[in-house]
Amino acid sequence: MAAWLGWVIESNWTDPFLFAVYSIVKPISGAAILVIMYGIISQGNYESALFPYIYLGNAFYIYVGAVMTGVSWAVVDDREHYKTLKYMYIAPIYIPLYLLGRGVARFITGSIAVFITIAAGILFLNVKINFAEVDWLLFFVTLIVGVVMLALLGLLLAGITLTVARHEGFIGEATAGALYIFSGAIFPLDVLPEWLRPVGYFMPTTYWLELLRRSLVGNVAQAFPTLANFSNMEILGVLLALSVFFGTVSIYVFRWCDARARELGLIDRTTNY
Amino acid sequence: MDSLKPDTIAALRPYSRKDTGWRLFLKTIIARAYPRIIGQQREVSWLVFDVVMPMLAVISYVLVYRALNAPEEYIGFVVMGGAMTAFWMNILWSMSSQLYWEKEQGNLALYIMAPNSMMAILLGMALGGMLATAMRALAVTLLGMFMFGVTYTVSSYLQLFLVFMLAMVALYGMGMMMASAFLLFGREAWHMANLAQEPIFLASGFYFPIKSLPFWVAAGASVIPLTLGMDAMRQLVFPTGFQFGFMSVQLEIIILAVLSVVFVVTAKILLAYIEKIAVREGRITESRR
Repeated sequence: MAAWLGWVIESNWTDPFLFAVYSIVKPISGAAILVIMYGIISQGNYESALFPYIYLGNAFYIYVGAVMTGVSWAVVDDREHYKTLKYMYIAPIYIPLYLLGRGVARFITGSIAVFITIAAGILFLNVKINFAEVDWLLFFVTLIVGVVMLALLGLLLAGITLTVARHEGFIGEATAGALYIFSGAIFPLDVLPEWLRPVGYFMPTTYWLELLRRSLVGNVAQAFPTLANFSNMEILGVLLALSVFFGTVSIYVFRWCDARARELGLIDRTTNY
Repeated sequence: MDSLKPDTIAALRPYSRKDTGWRLFLKTIIARAYPRIIGQQREVSWLVFDVVMPMLAVISYVLVYRALNAPEEYIGFVVMGGAMTAFWMNILWSMSSQLYWEKEQGNLALYIMAPNSMMAILLGMALGGMLATAMRALAVTLLGMFMFGVTYTVSSYLQLFLVFMLAMVALYGMGMMMASAFLLFGREAWHMANLAQEPIFLASGFYFPIKSLPFWVAAGASVIPLTLGMDAMRQLVFPTGFQFGFMSVQLEIIILAVLSVVFVVTAKILLAYIEKIAVREGRITESRR
């Protein structure tokens, strides 16, 4: 029901055609900025291993913004905009599940955007994916683990959002923006200053994006030195371990923030900020 | 009367002067600009977010150029684009969507009922927004210089000043025009503002020279004042910038001047239209959450 509610809120402001355009134009434009930047500097040489690295990293990163921010945004939407969060809290539902459900709608629109961005890359931009060589098992396992990890990170942000009065709308965006830099989404981590790289190594999204690239275009992704010494299974192990760690932290942080929000009467607070 | 306190006497005294005409117009502009400029001083945390968010994009794109071993000019282009992002975001969220927010808060009806000009309110919003955003843009520019060693060599301060001022007038004129247009879109205002980010960053060449786009795409994008404004400023502040120019700086100044007039006049016409239907039908000011 929460997923359906999220979907209706996301999509009912306009007709299906305009909604489809809206869902497609933003991610395609974001990808096109990178493609043009790459094209200018490389003089149109799309054969380099760096191009699919950038393109696929950027495409799958759409999920980070969509899922993680989608879950935390539900708090802002329900508390400030629709003023219904208090009713959700007194209804006989489990709030974390409700918030995760609200994120499902963003997952669906995000999936459409990812699919279209990759399809555009294959059809028009020479992103070479040989479907016969794709490691589908690795791809789907990684995708599922990653989406669950992102949803749990979204829960962490939702907890923090519950307890703050200002800038709650920016929390998700700022986190997604920071992860964009530290996850090696559009450039190898080696480009970062050496003292900042450990931050990237601690982020599960780094391993998630690396595995997704490897499952689709294995040799291209392995051409970069950052994680070249690790096998797919090793990276999957690290991804799982970090996902469990961040997932556990997220659940505890949400519980603490939720209890504090109830105690301080923040559930029905509207700030108009 | 002698036994009353001075405050009470002042409160009982009838208005000695009622501002009308240009004096009311000017005071309205200052009154509406005041919270935008002073509000920022009182809530510094906004400054942090308004600088951090564009900087995250700037850092990402700079590192992409670094990964590609791009010439250093491109790093400067990205920093300038990141700084100008603050103005575009201000136009979208604090100009275009503003009347819509005011409607949601219940202030719009008061604005229309009050004896002041709506045009003065929008001009005040623009002036306040422009000054407050200039601080953020300056912060992004300085951070870019500090973090990435970007240097600027201005070839003509007069032209640079002219380009910047004309770009701002045209841009905020566009914002004033869009404020009325977004109000007419109703519930779609938020989505329209959200949609007008990445596509505009792409079309206007925020992170690369606009000359790299096909001619007609770049020409079409020139309707957005920041496109030509940034193109001209890049030519004026980077030694090799002229190589990346879409048009000559002189021509871009003329086009920006024309855009300024067109947008401000259109804003006035649209504003008169929404005031008319607000009074006649009462639906523009009605909040439908």
